[in-house]
Amino acid sequence: MKSFLNYIAEVFNAIWTLLTGMKVTAKYFFTPWKNVTQQYPENRDTLKMFERFRGEVVMTHNEKNEHSCTGCGICEINCPNGSIEIISKTIVTEEGKKKKALDQHIYNLGMCTFCNLCIKNCPTGAIVMAQTFEHAVWDRTKLVKVLNKPGSLVMQDVKE
Amino acid sequence: MAFEKYDFTPLSQSIHQGLIENVSPLLTTIIEWTIIGVLYLLFIALFGLLLVYAERKVCAAFQQRLGPMRVGPWGLLQTIADFVKLLMKELITPNRVDKFLYNLAPFIVIIVPFLTISVIPFAPGLQALDFDIGIFFVTAVSSVGVIGVLLAGWASNNKYSLIGGMRSGAQIVSYELSVGLSLITMVVLAGTMQVSEIVELQRGGWFLFKGHIPAIIAFVVFVVAGTAETNRGPFDLAEAESELTAGFHTEYSGIKFAFFFLAEYINLFIVSAMATIVFLGGWMPFHFGGFEAFNTIMDFIPGLIWFFMKVFGVIFLIMWFKWTFPRLRIDQILTLEWKYLLPINLFNILLMATIVLLGWHW
Repeated sequence: MKSFLNYIAEVFNAIWTLLTGMKVTAKYFFTPWKNVTQQYPENRDTLKMFERFRGEVVMTHNEKNEHSCTGCGICEINCPNGSIEIISKTIVTEEGKKKKALDQHIYNLGMCTFCNLCIKNCPTGAIVMAQTFEHAVWDRTKLVKVLNKPGSLVMQDVKE
Repeated sequence: MAFEKYDFTPLSQSIHQGLIENVSPLLTTIIEWTIIGVLYLLFIALFGLLLVYAERKVCAAFQQRLGPMRVGPWGLLQTIADFVKLLMKELITPNRVDKFLYNLAPFIVIIVPFLTISVIPFAPGLQALDFDIGIFFVTAVSSVGVIGVLLAGWASNNKYSLIGGMRSGAQIVSYELSVGLSLITMVVLAGTMQVSEIVELQRGGWFLFKGHIPAIIAFVVFVVAGTAETNRGPFDLAEAESELTAGFHTEYSGIKFAFFFLAEYINLFIVSAMATIVFLGGWMPFHFGGFEAFNTIMDFIPGLIWFFMKVFGVIFLIMWFKWTFPRLRIDQILTLEWKYLLPINLFNILLMATIVLLGWHW
């Protein structure tokens, strides 16, 4: 008798679980405005990526065309496959001391794995991830970029 | 009532009269057969295309994406593109197949839905064959489809196809019991097996409402067994891509595969059509008790439109099943039938018979 009651309870329980599942998919069906598909080439004008999107490594410059990179080379050390190369030069400051400064920050977009380690470990926050995503080129040498524009260092850089 | 002017009987009678007066009776019969055959072929071809497109769009909506959008506006030409591709593929016959059976299997599988569709009443007066035992004819003829599946599995000379064919055959044969018994439940309520009579009897209210509890149980059992019959939804172990490399139709390419594919969607239409005829009133409009104004508004919609709306409703329900539930193993499929659906069905017939005898229905 007990197994018969178990049988009936099982049937009703099964129906209840099935209906719970169907409720979830019904919710998906009747809210089509929450679809995640983007109709790509047609919505290029309005398409904007979210803030944490890892598109491409760029170096931020302010209005006076100055960046914050000190040429310390921590990003080059942290990069897992060597997509960054820092070339530094020695300059003479106003007090007459010799200091190391950045000459070229070379970044190979073709090899970059977008792991974000260079940006996390930069002591001055000089480099950030941009939200661009259309990187296709016909010639692979165009993917090797020099990140610093012809500008100079920001004067007061805080070792963050 | 406005509903009477949507009757197709005067049209078919006038065609019949026109033919009888002008040509001999034999030629009349042949011409009528040809017209009906061509109409059904067109209907099945178009409906198959529509259902494949609808399945992809509905599946996408359940998965929060868009489905085919590129081929034609909103992807409407997608199915046509797929069929043109299938037609142009090379028909590869594997090495040591049983040639006659291998070539026969897709034909059996596609002819069976053609036979079944002839008894379906689309609108008042629009029914090709009106047997006294219409329901029995449907269950009998749809059983022939198993032969096609078993032949395809056996004749492919491939152990995976054989296993897939055997599993699918066992599944279809088991679930035919449930389909037949749930239809019998409604035949007990109706008192007749003639399809047009069953639809006529639902003029005062659909059977789903007239035979309350047993009809609802029978409806649920019928829909579940119907999806298992057509190898669809969570019961598609025999033909799923990730299981036995497409099961019994692995070795078929091009137009032969298109036959299996199309036959599955037409079977889906047939299961839904039987569900609407027997449970949801066929082409009868939705009347509610004593609300005369509501009833007259409902009468303005033609019977043909009512029928297709209900069929699409049931098809949507079956597609909802497919894209919600995970696939069942073959032992789970057979357990469901023999240990749960069959006892519930038998008890339900008893219940329905009691209710009919005591008159506890509307």
